[in-house]
Amino acid sequence: MSTQVGNFEQPAEFAFTSEVMKMAKAHIAKYPKGRQASAVMPLLDLAQRQHEGWLPRAAMDYVADLLDMPRMIAYEVATFYTMYNLAPIGKHHVQVCTNLPCWLRGSDKIVDAAKRNLGIEMGGSTDDGMFTLSEMECLGACVNAPMMQINDDYFEDLDETSTESILTELKHGQQPKTGSQIARKTCEPIGGLTSLKSNAGKN
Amino acid sequence: MPTLTIDGVEIEVEAGLTVLQACEIAGKEIPHFCYHERLSVAGNCRMCLVEMERAPKPIASCAMPVGDGMVITTDSETVRKARNGVMEFLLINHPLDCPICDQGGECDLQDQAMGYGFDRSRYAEEKRAVKDKDLGPLVSTVMTRCIHCTRCIRFATEIAGVPELGATGRGEHMEVGTYVEKALSSELSGNIIDLCPVGALTSKPYAFNARPWELTKTESIDAMDALGANIRIDTRGAEVLRIVPRNHDDVNEEWISDKTRFACDGLRRQRLDQPYVRKEGKLQPASWDEAFAAISEKAKGASSDKIAAMAGDQADCESMYALKELLNSLGSSNIDCRQDGANIGGGSRAGYLFNSTIAGIEDADAILIVGSNPRLESPVLNARIRKRFLQGPVSIGVIGEEVDLTYRYDYLGAGPDTLAEVADGSHKFAKALNKAKNPMIIVGSGALARSDGAAILGAARKIAEDTGMITDDWNGFNVLHTAASRVGGLDLGFLPSAEFSYGDMDVVYLLGADEIDMQELGDAFVIYQGHHGDAGAHRADVILPGAAYTEKSATFVNLEGRAQRTQLASFPVGEAKEDWAILRALSAELGKTLPFDSLADLRSRMIAATPSLGNLDEVTPAKWGEFGSNDAMASGAFISPIANFFMTDPISRASATMADCTTARDGGSDARSGTNG
Repeated sequence: MSTQVGNFEQPAEFAFTSEVMKMAKAHIAKYPKGRQASAVMPLLDLAQRQHEGWLPRAAMDYVADLLDMPRMIAYEVATFYTMYNLAPIGKHHVQVCTNLPCWLRGSDKIVDAAKRNLGIEMGGSTDDGMFTLSEMECLGACVNAPMMQINDDYFEDLDETSTESILTELKHGQQPKTGSQIARKTCEPIGGLTSLKSNAGKN
Repeated sequence: MPTLTIDGVEIEVEAGLTVLQACEIAGKEIPHFCYHERLSVAGNCRMCLVEMERAPKPIASCAMPVGDGMVITTDSETVRKARNGVMEFLLINHPLDCPICDQGGECDLQDQAMGYGFDRSRYAEEKRAVKDKDLGPLVSTVMTRCIHCTRCIRFATEIAGVPELGATGRGEHMEVGTYVEKALSSELSGNIIDLCPVGALTSKPYAFNARPWELTKTESIDAMDALGANIRIDTRGAEVLRIVPRNHDDVNEEWISDKTRFACDGLRRQRLDQPYVRKEGKLQPASWDEAFAAISEKAKGASSDKIAAMAGDQADCESMYALKELLNSLGSSNIDCRQDGANIGGGSRAGYLFNSTIAGIEDADAILIVGSNPRLESPVLNARIRKRFLQGPVSIGVIGEEVDLTYRYDYLGAGPDTLAEVADGSHKFAKALNKAKNPMIIVGSGALARSDGAAILGAARKIAEDTGMITDDWNGFNVLHTAASRVGGLDLGFLPSAEFSYGDMDVVYLLGADEIDMQELGDAFVIYQGHHGDAGAHRADVILPGAAYTEKSATFVNLEGRAQRTQLASFPVGEAKEDWAILRALSAELGKTLPFDSLADLRSRMIAATPSLGNLDEVTPAKWGEFGSNDAMASGAFISPIANFFMTDPISRASATMADCTTARDGGSDARSGTNG
């Protein structure tokens, strides 16, 4: 989301709530005095979480001023990383990985299922503001390909059915099961352990 | 010192240099875009690739420090292939704009594409297009041409000290700009035009005016402020089309202020191109003879102590010398070159010079700025202070206005009270000055151009003496002037021998003086010699059209006391003449013929009288001596004399570009658009 797209209103002001401010101070305290600007990334993230999942310009200005750094640098950081959203976004941000391992394992079908279920195209949002569908580069869960990320949760080993059921559950306000959607513990081999069996259960 | 072999030739260079610099010392030209010797190293254009023995692949020479025993090859098959590849990538998204691009003919990319480019493109996909940014009335942008060298970003952040430019997005989507639409808030913003190696940033006022090969280039000196920046004036026919900086390490490095660069369109407007004489209350066009006759009639009728002259801020030494000689021959010593009434001159020469020199700022370790806003009064000098600030610990204190100077400083106070505390050593900044090895004080016009100016100068001198600013090899006492003519005028002794009031005079000769209160001249018969129809010309009874600083060979002394000479880039307009020649002709008319017939004659006499004017481009250290007074200082905060940076003299006030800048800065309101800045 490196560029601002579409027409939407930028709020005029932004400020951390007192709880968020506490977390922000904890981040700033991690860095030596005078190096507070290093906390820009966690603070932008906090701002985004506080502001319905997206970063208005006022929030970038606020973070930059709070850290006593040029506003331009905050813009540079926020536009560089895809995890900062610079335009309003749905409550559930459905991010489907379409990189090579996921694609080989059928991510096209996952994308189709999501489009069908939500009735939106890639990059679009549902009218009720509940879902935004995005295409992601590798999210680092290749062992469990294909996968998608919704807000902070990973949903792995997907197929069309499980994708649709996850989205449907979210529509009904339920919390779907995160992680692997098949009988598999995290990224262990499908069908049980094949090696180091004697250590199984010890960890 | 490391020794390395470049293309088979052994060379010893200073440690800490980069391979690119070593190659240049060895006389090998390395193509580059992002590297610039006055900016930090970015290493992102990859054009400067060279081969290094035992390195697995070509290295970026601009980012590689020299090491002992390096073997560098700058022109091999590999190097050429690598650079060809880089060039091909750079040109992938670069539009084929050269025929309609203002950079054409002086474009680094164009030049280097001749050497390393392929004569056709293998790229058949869609090219990227980038929206143009609005950087204000001075810099025009075509961002599709940008090759992301980031020179402009580094200049704004490092030199200008306004971190407003940046690169947003990444990869294919990276864009250079301000993100939020706004003009750069720097007085040095025009320099990014020179820095841009392609046509992404070009001059807005000069857009589509000329090609570089059509221009006549004249090396000259700037007269917009007291810095004496070295400039090149580019003319086509009679018109000055643009002004660009020349490198002078001791003065302006390679920067000039936006006023120096962009006020030149004022040279085409409001010009006085023929003499005028006031008849029946109205200025009427006249011939030179009529104008001289009108002056002669008045001057011969006036008693010698009722004749006075004032030299303006852009008057050159030659014309001031001629005017002084003329007034003296008429028996008058009512002359002054201090339009703003600054209480300087008369005493030791060290009392009005920037004694540390501009380059000397880099050696200072404690700086006290008194009554000056250097950012507006001399932006390039301010950049030097910022350079010092970035080099390492330095304590900077300001007494005067609390404004953004682009570097951090301790704000000590607003006026003489604080200065008195520093002077008597009770202020803690006095201790910082005492501790420093090379302390310096910069006194501005805001502190001197007031009734207690002499007392303030005296207090500054006391600080200089008490805190060890005056030693055998360091003089930390500095006056920051705002007028190009000031030091020259003071050196020539263009000062009254006794106090007088312009209001009591019968005849007043204004040599380009426009910034005084014309009401104060009373009923005097006013002769205005100058190049623009500004305040002085409106008040005048006789107007003698002179030459602007681009239209004459003339000597200006900058604030360090460095005499420099302008060159004639275009001829004075219409019937206007060079200023010294007008005074010489007038003197004959008045029966007091000045004893010189040529500029060379005048100069030899002037230099005989004031030898420092003959040592071109040299700073003669001034002897420390008496100046200032020990009187009590008045109260009242120091206010910088410059309210509007863009309009300080007749040329910039006539400039449409400077008017645009004023509007852009004020956001369209006319609250601060005072023209008598």
